[in-house]
Amino acid sequence: MNRIKDAEHLFRLAAAFAVGLALFLLLRAYFVPKSFGQYGHYRGDALAELSSKPMSYAGHQSCEDCHGDVLQVKKAGKHAGVNCEACHGALAKHAEDPASVVPQLPDTAVLCARCHEENIAKPKAFPQVVSAQHSGGAVCKTCHQPHSPLLQPGGKQS
Amino acid sequence: MITRRKLLMLLPAAAFAWEYVLAGTPELAPGYNRNEHWWGMLLDISKCIGCGNCVRACATENNVPEGYFRTWVERYQVADWHQETPQVDSPNGGKNGFPPGTAVGGKNFFVPKMCNHCVDSPCTQVCPVGATLHTPDGVVLVDEKYCLGCRYCIQACPYGCRFLNPTKRTAEKCSLCYHRITKGLTTACCESCPTGARQLADLKNPSDPIHEFLRTHSVQVLKPHLATGAKAFYYDLDGSVR
Repeated sequence: MNRIKDAEHLFRLAAAFAVGLALFLLLRAYFVPKSFGQYGHYRGDALAELSSKPMSYAGHQSCEDCHGDVLQVKKAGKHAGVNCEACHGALAKHAEDPASVVPQLPDTAVLCARCHEENIAKPKAFPQVVSAQHSGGAVCKTCHQPHSPLLQPGGKQS
Repeated sequence: MITRRKLLMLLPAAAFAWEYVLAGTPELAPGYNRNEHWWGMLLDISKCIGCGNCVRACATENNVPEGYFRTWVERYQVADWHQETPQVDSPNGGKNGFPPGTAVGGKNFFVPKMCNHCVDSPCTQVCPVGATLHTPDGVVLVDEKYCLGCRYCIQACPYGCRFLNPTKRTAEKCSLCYHRITKGLTTACCESCPTGARQLADLKNPSDPIHEFLRTHSVQVLKPHLATGAKAFYYDLDGSVR
């Protein structure tokens, strides 16, 4: 009897620990998201959330579904490897709703120079011009057709 | 007490459960299995023309705030007598292209930079709350709902690829367009790169051209001595690039 009485403080201590542990487990279950640890030390649901973000670029496949004629022209020329949205900009909205979202035609004077204006760090084999000397201020599409830019023998393209 | 009979009865159940574990959990994007991909990027210096298309595309696609970059382009000017101290410029991250520049002699080239999606990423290791994560398909992402904005990861990244979003006050970085690649599309930067200097690579897909490229070319990663397991592979990378 005395023995139990002597150990009473230990029981109280154990009870305090048990309450603490229960509280910890309860709070943990409440605060830690269900999917935490699904793939690793992070919230598994985050992957689905991050992969469902909206897109701005439709991807060249979407463009080619409707604009097959342009693709044929482009494929035959020097710009075969250049995707549509590289020049025309992000057009996912146009791909979703082609009727009401009409893309603006890019200004070739600005657009072409981005890639083809001469720069010391550009690869030597890449076609470059100093536009002031090259065209004397005329916009590129006066002579070059952007989808297939190489000039045909005899000058201006049709 | 588990008897032989009980154990035998448990085995088929265990086998079924293991099948489920191997198959992975069904995902939001239909037809995409996170265990079948291992993403990286190939950056071909010999093709980069510094047009800044990737920087602009990234900003548009991911709403990157002005003045901050998830990807950017640097111009290196390396004089042959100053290999260790190259001149590097990156006006507005190369977003608006580069001025023509004056030749200093030696080598001149562009280096596109981005998150290396390291296998042993220092940024993931230091995150105190598990907000920076490494997906089963090899992409390092930020869970912006869980991020405290403590900036440990920004300091830890040896490539300087992270920043604190000034309005959200959470860490931000290249997500390798996770919302696109899980739907079978390429990243915004690759989509808009006119020369093919950037190519998304799926290292687990045997028919991805990256395998042929890695077999036949000398490829380098940035800061290999840090052993971060970087997956942004550079072709034609000069030793002066840091």
